[in-house]
Amino acid sequence: MAEAGTLRGDLTAYRAVLSSRVRAQRAYAASFRLDLVGAALITVVEFAEVWVLFGQVDAIGGLTLASVMLVFGLAEMTFSTADLLVGHCDRMPTYVRAGTLDVFYLRPQPVLAQLMTSDIDLRRVARVAGGMVILVVGLVVSGVRWTPEKVALLAVTIPAAVAIYAGLFIAAAGVQFFLINGAETTNAFVYGGRYAASQPASVWPRSLVLVFGLIFPVAFTGYLPALALLDLPVPFGLPGWTAWLTPVAAVWSWLVALGCWRLGTRHYQGAGG
Amino acid sequence: MSRTPVVQVSGLTRDFVVRPRGHRLRGRRVRAVHDLSFTVRPGEAVGYIGANGAGKSTTIKMLAGILVPTAGEVRTCGLRPVQDRRALARRIGVVFGQRSQLWWDLPVAESFRILAAIHHLDAAGERARTGELVDRLEMGAYLDTPVRQLSLGQRMRAEVAAALLHSPRLVILDEPTIGLDVLSKQRLREFLIEERREHGTSLMLTTHDMGDVERLCPRVLVIDDGTLAYDGTLSGLSRTVGARRVLVVDLERPTEPLTGIPSTEHLSTQAQGLQQRLAFDPERTTAAAVLAAVSQRSEVRDLAIEEPDIEDVVRRIYAARR
Repeated sequence: MAEAGTLRGDLTAYRAVLSSRVRAQRAYAASFRLDLVGAALITVVEFAEVWVLFGQVDAIGGLTLASVMLVFGLAEMTFSTADLLVGHCDRMPTYVRAGTLDVFYLRPQPVLAQLMTSDIDLRRVARVAGGMVILVVGLVVSGVRWTPEKVALLAVTIPAAVAIYAGLFIAAAGVQFFLINGAETTNAFVYGGRYAASQPASVWPRSLVLVFGLIFPVAFTGYLPALALLDLPVPFGLPGWTAWLTPVAAVWSWLVALGCWRLGTRHYQGAGG
Repeated sequence: MSRTPVVQVSGLTRDFVVRPRGHRLRGRRVRAVHDLSFTVRPGEAVGYIGANGAGKSTTIKMLAGILVPTAGEVRTCGLRPVQDRRALARRIGVVFGQRSQLWWDLPVAESFRILAAIHHLDAAGERARTGELVDRLEMGAYLDTPVRQLSLGQRMRAEVAAALLHSPRLVILDEPTIGLDVLSKQRLREFLIEERREHGTSLMLTTHDMGDVERLCPRVLVIDDGTLAYDGTLSGLSRTVGARRVLVVDLERPTEPLTGIPSTEHLSTQAQGLQQRLAFDPERTTAAAVLAAVSQRSEVRDLAIEEPDIEDVVRRIYAARR
């Protein structure tokens, strides 16, 4: 009972912080609208890059432009959602320098939960929307033959993929406790992972398959579910149901994330400071 | 009230490994706090003083559960700070002079509302406590102003209120008056005195301001190079190190240097002898006796007494230990 009361109290606390962040960002309406346009432009430019490639070839890694839109849309939408929710976590050095982290230690909630709910970057809504548009167009023009299984797959994939990227951000935050100027290193994995995920994994070099297929399983956020939706065979000799493993990949991603976070905070409280 | 000490520290030690740039393995061990032991009883107010880098902030971070000790025991409000951090956070309030608890883009009142939610205060409790703090710290005029637009004095009062909103048993203040004007300092000190009188709150304070210690802290801990150099009353501290007071006199006419007054040292002469500075030991003579001796030689127009500087007191302790 006391536990339930504490949880409810904590939820109220997180809601109070988050709603204040939302209000603060909406307070400057003109600047917020410009931010939205800017964020949407990023999605447009990144998709244009893919489009230009298809000006030269008809298929990349066995996928047509319409199919790649599916991969790109899924990856972009789920990455941007994770970025919207917890993207601020990978700016850990700033939090350490500003003393914000020490302030989190002085409050009666878990430090990671406070960090995750300390901010929300609303302009990323534009990128989520952009990703969603590309995904829907991809679904329509690639001629997906819908079955109840495929609807279920899409419904499972989207939240699991968001969780995979969120885990990536949190792992980055944990690692940044160790690395001075570690943001450059972790960005290579976080943003590199997102970029790789928006391409067909069949064209990845072997090292990328290992890193982004297994360790940071972003291949599960776009490419593998897209293959299943399009009834295409999975390369690397994997079975057709591999796409259903996205929730497993999400759990793995969070295990890595929490492990990195724990090591990071241990280091902060123990050796570093 | 419980008789458990609010702070109990024994053999507390904390090392840092300082690595030269680019060397991950070659590190030099630096001892920030070494074998520190002391106890703070409920309701006490303790000044924790020492030079920059003496280990004050490291100690406070260990008391609050931000840093893990290398060796030794810490209990804050009877809890283990690192393991019981979340329970401890409900019992202590910490103000770091340099880092803010408040949301810089929100009005003060809204920061308080969020903090009340964070500490699970109920609506009635929140109203009563916020009202009390706003009144006592005279924050009514700027409650709806975003934090980033506040003056330093206003922001500091808001920081103190933020740390005390959940009525902690122990309040730790790290340099709370740094950079404040005389009036803001005064107001903050008066508030802390009232808060202690009303709620029996324990207080631990690091400061460079002798006035803070004199007004607020009957007991003083001096830390030097990570070890405890003094634990006792402030007057005892001044006695131990022979801290002298300085009498500055403005004279009617240019006067020969005022040397040879008993238990007094002539420090300097300005404006052809119109202003002179004399140091005296309050244990051996009084300001009145010095003044009387000066008056025999020249007519005094104005005078001021300089209090011993905290840096000076700490320097003398350090010098005596080496």
